[in-house]
Amino acid sequence: MNTRTIELMVGLFVAAGLAALFMLAMSVSNLTTYGDNDGYVLKARFDNIGGLKVRSQVSASGVRVGRVTGIEYDNKGYEALVTMSIDRRYDKFPLDTSASVLTSGLLGEQYIGLDPGAEEEYLKSGSVIHITQSALVLEQIIGQFLYNMADNK
Amino acid sequence: MMNAVLERFRTIGHRTLSSIRRLGRGHLFLLNVISVLAGMMTRPGLLIKQMYSVGVLTLIIIVVAGLFVGMVMALQSYYALVDFGAEDSVSVMVVLSLLRELGPVVTGLLFAGRAGSALTAEIGLMKATEQLSGMEMMAVNPMQRVIAPRFLASFLSMPLLALIFSAVGVIGAYMVAVMLLGLDDGAFWSQAQAHVDVHLDIVNGIIKSAVFGFVAAWIAVFEGYDCIPTSEGLGQATTRTVVYSSLAILGLDFVLTALMFGD
Repeated sequence: MNTRTIELMVGLFVAAGLAALFMLAMSVSNLTTYGDNDGYVLKARFDNIGGLKVRSQVSASGVRVGRVTGIEYDNKGYEALVTMSIDRRYDKFPLDTSASVLTSGLLGEQYIGLDPGAEEEYLKSGSVIHITQSALVLEQIIGQFLYNMADNK
Repeated sequence: MMNAVLERFRTIGHRTLSSIRRLGRGHLFLLNVISVLAGMMTRPGLLIKQMYSVGVLTLIIIVVAGLFVGMVMALQSYYALVDFGAEDSVSVMVVLSLLRELGPVVTGLLFAGRAGSALTAEIGLMKATEQLSGMEMMAVNPMQRVIAPRFLASFLSMPLLALIFSAVGVIGAYMVAVMLLGLDDGAFWSQAQAHVDVHLDIVNGIIKSAVFGFVAAWIAVFEGYDCIPTSEGLGQATTRTVVYSSLAILGLDFVLTALMFGD
């Protein structure tokens, strides 16, 4: 085989490898949805975040508007402090927007749902959402249920 | 009686020392190869030729294996997940397993079997027919002329092959999941996009395959260079290449996985 053919084949091989990388990066990974870094920051305090994790979704009306970027435990308020990055396009959340930790599906992962309120003014970068609803903890629900049953008797 | 016991211990000592000596030779050999890599850049033709025999010729087995691994993975994970109503996650399972583990590891094993053994046999035969000493006689450094291009070509080919393996595997999984089992086309890609991270999964997979390529290339060229120059020694060296490379790849895979995906 002459040198030209060999060089051509090697060129095709390298191109195929790079094309494979491109395909993997574009179609099966989060590269296309990676522009979360330029969003603005909102914070929310929860009594209990359940199984929420960093990089969990933040959605409003079922549409993904951002991601959770940080979870800390506030040592003074004894609460979880969740930081999220919201896409710049969605900067019209009213001041009395509420945040709740929800579960997608029966066994799905947990995410934050934002529910817009009716205030005239909007949340700015760094604002804290005050109206929050914690994650449902199965043991607490069952406990409450048993408690109510005993009361009804 | 006493002598027999002593003789037994002497054998153990001899084996230990000779394997340590071999390990040391292997490392010195590696340093030697790396030190002449830079000088090799002036002769890219040699590298291209080796990329052809190491990379391009391995491509067919990689593509076929990747396609079937992807297809089987899709089928099996579908059977497991459909009971939980989670069959949309087939793509997540297949893509993550391919990118993180199967892509680099299976490519590494196939590479050691297809390209590594051929390298050892080629270099070993050069040694047995005294071509390597002939080069030295002509003031040509065989390290630079023979070993370095083969080493570098293997090291560069492995990540490319692993990427092609993963990509073809994803296509195979797509064919089975969407065309055969009738899963939703959009869910297949969007589920994968939601769960696969570029840095954590794709980049780490590439790092893994580069490490495996380095180790497989090192073992292959060293076994060839260090073999006993007889037909029997050559056969043993080729076998050792495949066995050692496979074991090294599987062992390193565990270490790398624990380091990369530990938390």
